[in-house]
Amino acid sequence: MRSRNVYLLIFILALFGFALWSIVPLDRNVFGREGLRLGLDLKGGIYLVYQADVSDIEPANRDEIMKGVKGVIERRINALGITEPTIEIQKQGEEYNIAISLPGVSETEKAKEMVGRVSLLEFRELDAGGNWIPATGTVNGEELTLSSRYFKENTSVTVNQLGSPLLIFEWDATGAQLSKQITTRLLEKQLAIYLGDEPLRGADGHIIAPVVRAVIEDKGQIEGLSLADANELSRLLNAGRIPVPLGRWVEKEGSQVFEPNIPYLEGTTRPTLGAENIKRSILAAEIGIVLLLIFMLVYYRLPGFVACLSLGVYGVVLLAIFKLIPVTLTLPGIAGFILSVGMAVDANVLIFERMKEELRGGRSLGAAVEAGFNRAWTAIRDSNITTFIACIILIWLGTTKTLSAPMVSGFALTLLIGVALSMFTAIVITRTFLRLIIGSRVVKNLAAYGVTPVATKRGT
Amino acid sequence: MIDLVSKKQWFFLISGILIVAGIISLAVFGLKLGTDFASGTSMTLQFSPPVEQSPLAQAIDELGYGKITPQPEGEGNFRIHIRQITSEEADELAKELVKKLDSQVEIIAFYSVPPAVGTETAHNAIIAVIIAAVAMLLYIVWAFRRMPSPFRWGTCAVIALIHDVFIIVGIFSILGWLAGVEIDALFITGLLAVVGYSINNTVVIFDRIRENVSRHISPDFATTVNSSIVETLGRSLNTSLTTLFVILALFLFGGATIHYFVLVLLLGIIIGTYSSVCISSQLLVVWEKKEWRALLPFAKRTA
Repeated sequence: MRSRNVYLLIFILALFGFALWSIVPLDRNVFGREGLRLGLDLKGGIYLVYQADVSDIEPANRDEIMKGVKGVIERRINALGITEPTIEIQKQGEEYNIAISLPGVSETEKAKEMVGRVSLLEFRELDAGGNWIPATGTVNGEELTLSSRYFKENTSVTVNQLGSPLLIFEWDATGAQLSKQITTRLLEKQLAIYLGDEPLRGADGHIIAPVVRAVIEDKGQIEGLSLADANELSRLLNAGRIPVPLGRWVEKEGSQVFEPNIPYLEGTTRPTLGAENIKRSILAAEIGIVLLLIFMLVYYRLPGFVACLSLGVYGVVLLAIFKLIPVTLTLPGIAGFILSVGMAVDANVLIFERMKEELRGGRSLGAAVEAGFNRAWTAIRDSNITTFIACIILIWLGTTKTLSAPMVSGFALTLLIGVALSMFTAIVITRTFLRLIIGSRVVKNLAAYGVTPVATKRGT
Repeated sequence: MIDLVSKKQWFFLISGILIVAGIISLAVFGLKLGTDFASGTSMTLQFSPPVEQSPLAQAIDELGYGKITPQPEGEGNFRIHIRQITSEEADELAKELVKKLDSQVEIIAFYSVPPAVGTETAHNAIIAVIIAAVAMLLYIVWAFRRMPSPFRWGTCAVIALIHDVFIIVGIFSILGWLAGVEIDALFITGLLAVVGYSINNTVVIFDRIRENVSRHISPDFATTVNSSIVETLGRSLNTSLTTLFVILALFLFGGATIHYFVLVLLLGIIIGTYSSVCISSQLLVVWEKKEWRALLPFAKRTA
């Protein structure tokens, strides 16, 4: 029994040490995670949801095309150096939405302009000075740039007999003429693909610029790409073929009208407000937790002190979990965190109250501790399950299409993780600490456990 | 030993008054719905130098955005909820306000929600509340499956839950009427968390009753219940107090954005603790002894 407690203590200390190491300093890179991921209400930023007008696209191709649109937007945003943007496609029945969240950005107009631009990909060649300039040709007396507009819809990726990926594409009539002129001119030279002013890059960062090996008229293929790059490029080319306007549907005089470039849903928080929210939340958390610790020490004495220790472990491990998963922290998430600290104390209080009763009943210290834990367990389990139920329903509510969704799910997720961890803290950590203290016979005075010695005589 | 069971009529009376007051307010004034449910645009405006609430409300009305009650949110900030406009229109509105109020205006938060989303969110929130109540009833029935009539325990716990919800919703209805406080998706979130917390307290007391019944500490069910409440009273109050410390700190010093969300939690912890100690177990006694008259105020006490 003693040795088991010692092993548990070593485990707890190792866990605590690891958690502490991973969060101090908070921006240390641990498994690729730096700092805590903050939601838009804390960091400030823009959340935009656009409806996509997919009426010009074959229903069977819509999923693929939308992935391409997403890829195009992702590339533009990454080019601006925004950290941790998220872009997701929300599909509801036949309706496609694109939800974009840009943390730390406060220039709404710039962000909207960036998203709204047409997702055309342009082919470029190197001029004598080593600059990439648009690759042009002449069709019907008009000078045109070769772009994704002239692809047929069937760009696809296959793997040849040797196992290397091939990107297969086909030009339409105009594209075929342009391609013939350009590839004849650029034989054994490179062609790069540009999105706006940025070249497309592979996953490893190099510019995708295949060398022209043959004159391409109506059909061609690109070799030498990684499978991931080939798939991504094929999506981008498909998305760039047909413009997918992003905007919102509004009802005007009884019929649905599409307004391009106006987001369907929009939420903006200034980074200054976010910073203010963080500052105030930390202050509130500090005051609340200090009050709580003082209460525990004064009221429960030695076990209270042990509870404070295990709460310390709890707080550090919880922060480490938030950082490593990572859980996006929002303002209500902080409230959930603080509430979970209160509830972590709850489990300890249940056990200590039970222990006091057992001590008053005349049991020995060791027996009282064990009985306290065993009897309190059903109450801890049963009472926390209701909180779990509430959290799971809220996480569902947080997946719905509301602007408050990140706040709702942020709260529910932090509370859920917090309560689950608090059960572990109370049952494993507090118990191990208490057993070791009692086993070492350092503190035998019952007053240290909040029970007056006189009361023990009343035992039956 | 304090007798919390025989005083049940008083508790029922107090709760009855609170609930009826809330229902009257709900029937007369309803709830003020925020952008999450009612759609439209809500903005937090920062003024420097600060402006008063009434000239701001008047300026907004004069600009054709209707009669609203700007909500103070932190120092010098107001949150306004108007019909749905684009962010370009919002910038125009801010410029007009600068002219009218002679104070610099910055839009520090902007939310725009179309009607379809508002309706859907309201719909989802109602589903969430219903599923929560049913799931918790089922869970409690399951948790007390070895007791005679587990359904009775579940029902009493759920009545206490509905009691908490009604009082909180009633208070927010009154706040909406008095101060224009709106409810949003976070209100529902707070409500469900509080419901979980309140049931949590009830379960601890029920757990003790379950234990004391099987130990046959008294032939009288009312006495058993009362001992169980009193034995767990220290725990009930202490855990509520510890949680209350942190939530109160958050209410007083935390970010203005979640002020009313924290208020829901604060009220919920207080009311939830009260209903656990003073309502749910007492209902159990009423049901066991078939003292239905005890539910009516001023009814004669039966022996």
